[in-house]
Amino acid sequence: MSVQSMLKVERLTKTYPSAGGALTVLREVSFDLEPGASLAIVGPSGSGKTTLLGLCAGLDRPTSGQVALAGETIGDMDEDERARVRNDHVGFVFQNFQLIPTLTALENVLVPLELRGEAGREAEAQALLTRVGLGARSDHYPIQLSGGEQQRVALARAFINTPKILFCDEPTGNLDGDTAHAMTDLIFEVNRERGATLVLVTHDLELARKCQRILRLRSGAVISDERT
Amino acid sequence: MRFILKMAWRDSRASRRRLALFSLSIVLGVAALVAIGSFSANLQHAIEGQAKGLLGADLAVQSRSALTPEAKAFLESLGGERANEVSFSSMVVFTGSGGQTRLISLRAMEGGYPFYGEFLTDPKDAAGRLARGEAVAVIEETLMSQYQVKPGDSIKLGSSQFTVVGALKTIPGESAAVALLSPRVFIPMSRLAETGLLGPGSLVRYKTYFKFPPERDVEALVRDLRGRFRELRLGFDTVEERKRELGQGIRNVYAFLSLVGFVALFLGAIGVASAIHVYVRQKIGTVAVLRCLGASAWRSFAVYLVQGLGLGLFGALLGAAVGVAVQLALPSLVKGVLPFDVDFFVSWAAVARGVGAGLVICVLFTLLPLLPIRRVSPLVAIRSSFAEAADRPDPLRWVVYAAIVVAVAAFAWWQTPRWQIGVGFVVALGVSFGVLAGMARAVAWMARRFFPRRAPYVWRQGVANLHRPNNRTVLLLLALGLGTFLIVTLALTRATLLAQIQGTSDGNRPNLLFFDIQDDQIGPLRELLAKEGAPIQAQAPIVTMRISRLKGRTVEQVLKDETSKIPSWTLRREYRSTYRGTVAATEKVVEGTFVGSLTPGTEVTPISIERELAKDMQLALGDTVEFDVQGVPMQTRVASIREVEWRRLEPNFFIVFPEGVLESAPKFFVAATRVATPADSARVQQAVVGAIPNVSAIDLTLILQTLDGIFSKVQFVVQFMALFTVATGVIVLAGAILSGRYQRLRETVLLRTLGATRRQLLQIQMVEYAILGVLASVVGCGLALAASEAMARFVFETKGGFAPAILAGAVISVVSVTLVTGLLSNRGVATHPPLEVLRQET
Repeated sequence: MSVQSMLKVERLTKTYPSAGGALTVLREVSFDLEPGASLAIVGPSGSGKTTLLGLCAGLDRPTSGQVALAGETIGDMDEDERARVRNDHVGFVFQNFQLIPTLTALENVLVPLELRGEAGREAEAQALLTRVGLGARSDHYPIQLSGGEQQRVALARAFINTPKILFCDEPTGNLDGDTAHAMTDLIFEVNRERGATLVLVTHDLELARKCQRILRLRSGAVISDERT
Repeated sequence: MRFILKMAWRDSRASRRRLALFSLSIVLGVAALVAIGSFSANLQHAIEGQAKGLLGADLAVQSRSALTPEAKAFLESLGGERANEVSFSSMVVFTGSGGQTRLISLRAMEGGYPFYGEFLTDPKDAAGRLARGEAVAVIEETLMSQYQVKPGDSIKLGSSQFTVVGALKTIPGESAAVALLSPRVFIPMSRLAETGLLGPGSLVRYKTYFKFPPERDVEALVRDLRGRFRELRLGFDTVEERKRELGQGIRNVYAFLSLVGFVALFLGAIGVASAIHVYVRQKIGTVAVLRCLGASAWRSFAVYLVQGLGLGLFGALLGAAVGVAVQLALPSLVKGVLPFDVDFFVSWAAVARGVGAGLVICVLFTLLPLLPIRRVSPLVAIRSSFAEAADRPDPLRWVVYAAIVVAVAAFAWWQTPRWQIGVGFVVALGVSFGVLAGMARAVAWMARRFFPRRAPYVWRQGVANLHRPNNRTVLLLLALGLGTFLIVTLALTRATLLAQIQGTSDGNRPNLLFFDIQDDQIGPLRELLAKEGAPIQAQAPIVTMRISRLKGRTVEQVLKDETSKIPSWTLRREYRSTYRGTVAATEKVVEGTFVGSLTPGTEVTPISIERELAKDMQLALGDTVEFDVQGVPMQTRVASIREVEWRRLEPNFFIVFPEGVLESAPKFFVAATRVATPADSARVQQAVVGAIPNVSAIDLTLILQTLDGIFSKVQFVVQFMALFTVATGVIVLAGAILSGRYQRLRETVLLRTLGATRRQLLQIQMVEYAILGVLASVVGCGLALAASEAMARFVFETKGGFAPAILAGAVISVVSVTLVTGLLSNRGVATHPPLEVLRQET
């Protein structure tokens, strides 16, 4: 399917009930992202970055507004439909890696395919692991890998289902300086090779500047949307 | 599906040992059900296979009095091969053992009984010598060892000497359990008369056994003759009848024990649910990642449901294997109780039932902690605070609760044919668990509210563990308290009953009873007992009689009336009534006026009747009863109703006549006296039996021994089943502590990091487990006291006893078990360096 916009966000608002009344963490956020583009969402803690990422990726429902992901409007979908959309179009890289501790590196990479019922693609997963430099560690469990290695497995897993869009939540937040640099390069390299749209949330302005656009949030509202 | 199975298998890798440990909670519950079910199938099979040996004949006809010529003619008309037996209680004197005496059941035999099965003796030829009519006796094996009797020794029965030729091993139709009440002594019928024991008034049972040609339909014969049997006041027993009775008995016992076993399964399932709850909490991150990667809510849930199913299946299959092993041990446990041999085989139907019940209950309970998985938000992967969303109220939980109630009720209904028992079981189980859980919550609340804040740190930390978030207090108190409750209730009930019987001989109450005293023997007996230092404290004349009319209708009419709810035994039995002028110390008049002597010219004799009998016979004040007093009709009316304290070892009666009516009727006596010691009792009994051989004696010690013997057997079997619950409680305890171990690992490590010594950590654990043990045992004992008091009051109609030794023993045992299990389950946490423990955590 050919789409003009990979991610279209319209007047997105998210409000949570709280003891002191309704708490609006995101208000009237709109933007549009074409296929293959890269966008960094930056802002101070509590500005709504992660909430926005979660809503864009279909991990939560907005209080109002719409999100269209790869041409599919996900706001009205139920949780299982959104899960299907994520499996079809989305890749994730989390700050805390989020590998499944009971699966080996190879098995972690295979999960998105197995969820689709696709078997016999171990070679592909192995190739991806080799691509991220972990070809020899495929049968290791997460606990046997360093933080940087775990994040590389997560990157391989994010690309195994050939996603149209990759969401990264502080992908280098838990890594030391050198490892973070190497990881950043790898994310952009692989993303370039695979042609996916990239949305990443970060505090790191240096990392943000590697993206084509930077969306700045403060108190849940967009304060700037600039091209680098 | 493929993904679900694959993921479930892979995800369980690091936790399989833990999941297997959780599954152990249901192992014993399933094992109990399988063992009981399969053994019950063995018993039913044995009944079918040894049907004829159950009775030893095709038909047994019995009468409580010597057969009338009419009855004799009737029995002869039935044809077939016949054998006769006369049995009654009497005293045996072991002449070789210093003249010791013992109340026994004397059986005089003639004819070829048993026609089916074997009369087994040791040595084997003893039964043959009996049949040849020699002056020999075969005696109960227990008597041989108890009184050190060897073949060739002499015993005295009445005025005759008999040579013991062997010990009784088995005889068809009776289990060795009957020997608990009264050990058997067999002699030839031809030697009975010379003993002089059969006097008027002896409580004798006459039995005739028949063997018919195979083509004779005995059931049809009995159906045809049912009316005649009643008219002749004969009882009958056929192979089919015996099979039905035994089968029904076994089914009842099976149902009861299955329900006891089910309690263990239920407790185990709660343990599984609790462990899974902790397990699932640790899996929320994985579920969230799966959701992010595109797994639907139900798919993620299914991954863990499959693990729950696998766990249940593993536990159930292991339980079935343990159950089969236990089944191997059961025959030796019930040896001597069953009147037949049992061959061992595994009943696959029982195994399937046990495994099925285990799996269903386990999965239902597992669903409760698994349901929240459906609601884990994928957002948890990026924000852990969303984990609480899964804790919102879920209507599906109520569906699962309802399914659990239905499953428990269905199981109980399935085991027992009556739905009332199913409902009763669910209510009883709910109340027991509810009370224990409620008390546990109260304890946790009180620990938080009232524990002094200035107490030493290790005490405060130990107590704080009882009410901390995610505490296991309710589960642990449930697991330990329930087992304590069951075992202590049994022990207290036993103690209450025995104490009550012992209490009846307190002070100067009689504790030695003589019966079968003839009219002309009461005087000599009185003199003899006075000389022996045990003067008669109470005596009563006994006149035998039967009821011929009840409220104007003949007994036969009432018996034939199908709408009548009067039990037939009340109409057919021979009544042993007395006459006296006053109400005895063991009774009180609850209705009407007791008439002590007859006013001259009274036509209808005013009698006093015992309350329960009056209720059974639907008799009220003023109702008329006609008695047949050994051939003489006597009109009576109910003048008073008495409550009788039957437990006291004194002459008590259903029906009491006033003085001035029965004095001239043929009668015999019972008399009661008091002896100070067992040695005095033996001496007095020997003197009486030596002088008046037909008089039998029973003393309180013998009753206590008999009662204790019966109670021991029953208690042992029930306790054996209750032990499954206790052991399940310990496993649940270990499982809960182990799952708590994972929960508390960080805290312990933190304490270690902050400088807590191994000793301090150990003290904290000891305080916590000691408090749990004390609370569980106190709550369990409290419930047991209430239950045994209720049993005493409503079932045994007496006062419950307070047995400090039993309660203290229970508290010490439970606290010890809790401490040992707790410390063993937590070993390793305090002895490893913090970093090592942290690395072990998964």
